[in-house]
Amino acid sequence: MEEVKVYSEPVQYIKIDLGSELYGIDISYVDNIVRPQRVTRVPNVAPYIKGVINIRGEIVPIMSLRLKMGLEEIEDDKRTRFIIIKMEQYGKIGLIVDAVKEVVTLEEDNIERMKYDSKDDTVHFVMGVGKVEGGLISLLDLNNVIMEKSFKEE
Amino acid sequence: MDVSQYLEIFIDETKEHLQNLNTQILELEQEPDNMDTVNEIFRAAHSLKGMAGTMGYKRMQNLTHDMENVFSKVREGELKVNAAIIDTIFQCLDALEEYLDNIQSSADEGTNDNENIIKALNDFLNGNAVAEAPAEAKKDDAPAAEAASAADATPAADGDDKSKWKNIKFSEEQIHVMAEAKKNGKNVIGLTVFVQETCILKAARAFLVYKTLEELGEIIISEPSAQDIEDEKFDFDFSMIVVTESDIDTVLKGAKSVSEIEDAFGDMVDIPEGAADTAQESQETKPAETTAAETKPAVAASGETPNKPAEKKKPVVNRTVRVDIEKLDDLMNLVSELIIAKNSLVSAATSEGTAGTENVNEHIEYLENVTTNLHESVMKVRMVPIESVVNKFPRMIRDLQKKLGKKMELYMSGEETELDRTVVDEIGDPLMHLLRNSADHGIESDVNLRKERGKPEAGSIFLDAYQDGNNVVIEVRDDGNGIDVEAVKRKAIERGTITEEQGAAMSDKEIINLLFLPSFSTAKVVSDISGRGVGLDVVKSKIESLSGEVEVKSTLGVGSTWTIRLPLTLAIIQALMVVIGGEKYAIPLGNIQTIEDIEPQEVETVQQKEVINLRGNIIPIIRLNEILGCESTKDPSENLVVVIVKKGDKMAGLVIDELTGQQEIVIKSLGKYINKSKVISGATILGNGEVALIVDPNALI
Repeated sequence: MEEVKVYSEPVQYIKIDLGSELYGIDISYVDNIVRPQRVTRVPNVAPYIKGVINIRGEIVPIMSLRLKMGLEEIEDDKRTRFIIIKMEQYGKIGLIVDAVKEVVTLEEDNIERMKYDSKDDTVHFVMGVGKVEGGLISLLDLNNVIMEKSFKEE
Repeated sequence: MDVSQYLEIFIDETKEHLQNLNTQILELEQEPDNMDTVNEIFRAAHSLKGMAGTMGYKRMQNLTHDMENVFSKVREGELKVNAAIIDTIFQCLDALEEYLDNIQSSADEGTNDNENIIKALNDFLNGNAVAEAPAEAKKDDAPAAEAASAADATPAADGDDKSKWKNIKFSEEQIHVMAEAKKNGKNVIGLTVFVQETCILKAARAFLVYKTLEELGEIIISEPSAQDIEDEKFDFDFSMIVVTESDIDTVLKGAKSVSEIEDAFGDMVDIPEGAADTAQESQETKPAETTAAETKPAVAASGETPNKPAEKKKPVVNRTVRVDIEKLDDLMNLVSELIIAKNSLVSAATSEGTAGTENVNEHIEYLENVTTNLHESVMKVRMVPIESVVNKFPRMIRDLQKKLGKKMELYMSGEETELDRTVVDEIGDPLMHLLRNSADHGIESDVNLRKERGKPEAGSIFLDAYQDGNNVVIEVRDDGNGIDVEAVKRKAIERGTITEEQGAAMSDKEIINLLFLPSFSTAKVVSDISGRGVGLDVVKSKIESLSGEVEVKSTLGVGSTWTIRLPLTLAIIQALMVVIGGEKYAIPLGNIQTIEDIEPQEVETVQQKEVINLRGNIIPIIRLNEILGCESTKDPSENLVVVIVKKGDKMAGLVIDELTGQQEIVIKSLGKYINKSKVISGATILGNGEVALIVDPNALI
C-alpha cells in the first residue's frame, strides 16, 4: 500500500525484540505503544488473536506476534509492549512484542529486499533486512502479518 | 463569490422548502381557493429562487422563477388553480428534487433544463388552454426523458441530414471563444461524422476521431457530449465544433482516416453577429455561470446522464443533524459542570486527611450525575423526528392513487416521534414498501366489493408512530382486503416451501410469516393470487438490521396491520452483566424474560439436548461456557443460574455462572478484523476500562 514510500525516502522503523531476533515495524503504521493490560478473550478466533482491549474508548483486537511468527508464547513481563498498528482496511490492531527498543532510520541502500523462494512459513512476513549499527533487523511486512489470517481462514 | 461553504445550508433549506411546497400543494389540491396556502407556496417558491440564484444554480432558479410567476398570478386572482396546474407543479417539484440530488452528490445541478415543464408553466401564464398536455407527461413519471426526446426531435427536423452540427446551439461563452479564435486567424470548423452502421465499437471509433481532431486543434463543442459518446449514447453520427489552424479538408480527411467511419461533412462556422461585442462582457460572467455554460448547450440529449457519474462519487455534503440550540446549550452547561466536577475532585484528592476521602466520594457521586445527564443530552441530540421521512408519503399516496386508479386517503399520526438519526435514515424505504403494498394490494380495486363489505368508497391507510417504553412503534394499517391465508398456504405448498401436513399444522400467523421469506417475495405468481409479498423479505431484513421487529396481523376482508418495533437508540442498551468462566459478559435486557434458579436434577435430556421444564414449558438450555469455549467455575452439583431469553415465540435458557447486576452499556463494534463470531454482537467498556463482550441471544436460539 505504502510501498512506494519505502523505495524513495529513508523510512523510520521501530526496532522491537521478538525471541532472539530484532524486527522493524514501519513507524508510519504505528498509532500508539501501550503497556500490557488485561485482554478480553474473544471466543472462536484464531489462536494468535489474544482478544480485545480498550484503547481510549475504542475496541482494538490484540494479536500475539510470537504465535503468529511460530514462536513459543511467553508470559507478559515488564518489557512487554502492545504496539497499536493502524491499517487502512482493518482499523486498529495491536501486536504483542517482547520489547520495544528504539527508532532507526534506514536508507534504501541499507535494506536488503527478501526474495520469496524459501519454503519457510514465516519468511513472507519479512519484506527485507535492514543493516543497522550492531546488527541486522528484519523488516516486517505488516500487510502480510495482518492479512494472512484472512486467507487462511476463508 | 465562493459559495461552497454555504452548500450544506443550501441543501438543508432547499429540502425543507421542497417538503413544505409538497405539503402545501397537496393542501391546495384539496382547497384550491385557500389564499393562505397560495401565499405560503409563493413565499416558499420565492425563497427557493433566491437561494438557487445566490448559489449560482441557474436552471433551478429559472424553474422556480416560472413557478413563482404562476403562483403570483394565482394570488392576484388572474389564474384559477386546476388539476393541470397542480400536476405540473408536482412535476416541477420532482425536477427540483432531481437538481438537488445532483447538487448533493456532485455540487453541480446537472444539465437537465426541464424545458417542457418551463413551457407548461409559461403556457399557464399566457393563458394557454393546451395546459392539459403536460399532465400526460406526468403519467410516464419521467419528465426528463420527455424533455430529452422533445428537444431531440426539434433540431433533427430543421437541419439537413448531413450537417447536423448546424443544429448546435452556442452559449455566449462558446461564441466568445470562437470569435477570439477567428481573430487570431484560426479556422472554426463545424463537422458531423457518420459511423458505419455495421460498426461494433462505435464509442472506440468516435474516440479515435476525437483523438485525431484533437491533434489538429481544439474541440470546443461536441454533440452529444464527450461523456455520452464514450458511453455509446449516440446513434451513428456525432457533431462537433473544432478550432484549428488547419483547413477544412485536413480536418475532414483526419476524421475519415479512422476506419469504419462512413463519412464526414463540415464547413466553416458562421459566428453569430455581435459576438465580438458581447465577448468582452461574457468574460466577466461569474464563475458559477461558467460551469453552467461549459456544459453543452443542447443538453437535453444527455437528459439522464448527469445522474450516472454522480452516483459513483462520494456525496459532497456530509450527513448532518440539525440541532435545536437549546439542546446544545444544555450540553454546554453539562460540560461546564463536568469541568467543575473534575476540578473539585482534583482539589479533594490533593487535600489531606480523612476529610479528603469523604469529599472524593461526594464528588464522584456528583460526577456520576453529570455524566448520566450528559449522556442523555447527547442521545437527545442524535434523535430526530421521523417527520422528515414520513412527510413525503402523502405525496406518494397521491401519485399512487392516480396510477392505480383507486381512491384512498393516508392518515398519519405521531410524526413528531423521535428516533436515532441512523434509524430514521434507514426506515424510509421499508415504510414506503409497506405503504405501497397496502395501496397496491391491500385496498380493493373493486369499489363494489368495498361497498358490499360496508366500507367507504375511498380506502384508508394509516401510518401511526408512537413511543412504547424503550421502543418506537410504527404501524401501517389499511382497511383493505387483508391477507388470504388459504391462498398463501396453497401457494406455499405448491411451491414446495412447506408440505401439506406442515401446512395443516401451521397457525394462521405462521402462514402469514411465510410472506417474509425471500422466495415468496420474488415470485410474481404469489402476489397475483394472494395479492401480497413483493419485497417483504427486504423490509424484514432491513428492520432486523436496525435491531427491530416487524409483525403483521390481518383479517381477510377487513384489513391488515403491519407493526414495526424499533429500539429508541442503537448505541446504548440496558444489559444484564454476567460472569461465565471468570469472564464478564453482557446480555441485552431486552431479550431476557426471567432468571431462574434450577437444581441440577431438574435438567433432563431429550434427543441429546438438555431441557428444563419451567412451569409447564419445555425450554432447551444452552451452556454458555461451552459456546464461549471456557471452563465453568461452578461445581456441577450446585444449582444452575439460567437466564431465560426469548426471540419471537421461541425461548431458551442460558446457563451462566454468576450474575453481577444490571447496567447501561454502550455498544461498541468489535471491528472488521475479528468480527467473525455470530454469538458475540459487540463489546462494551466497563467502568474499570476493561472490555466485556456482548452475547447475542438471538444468534443462540
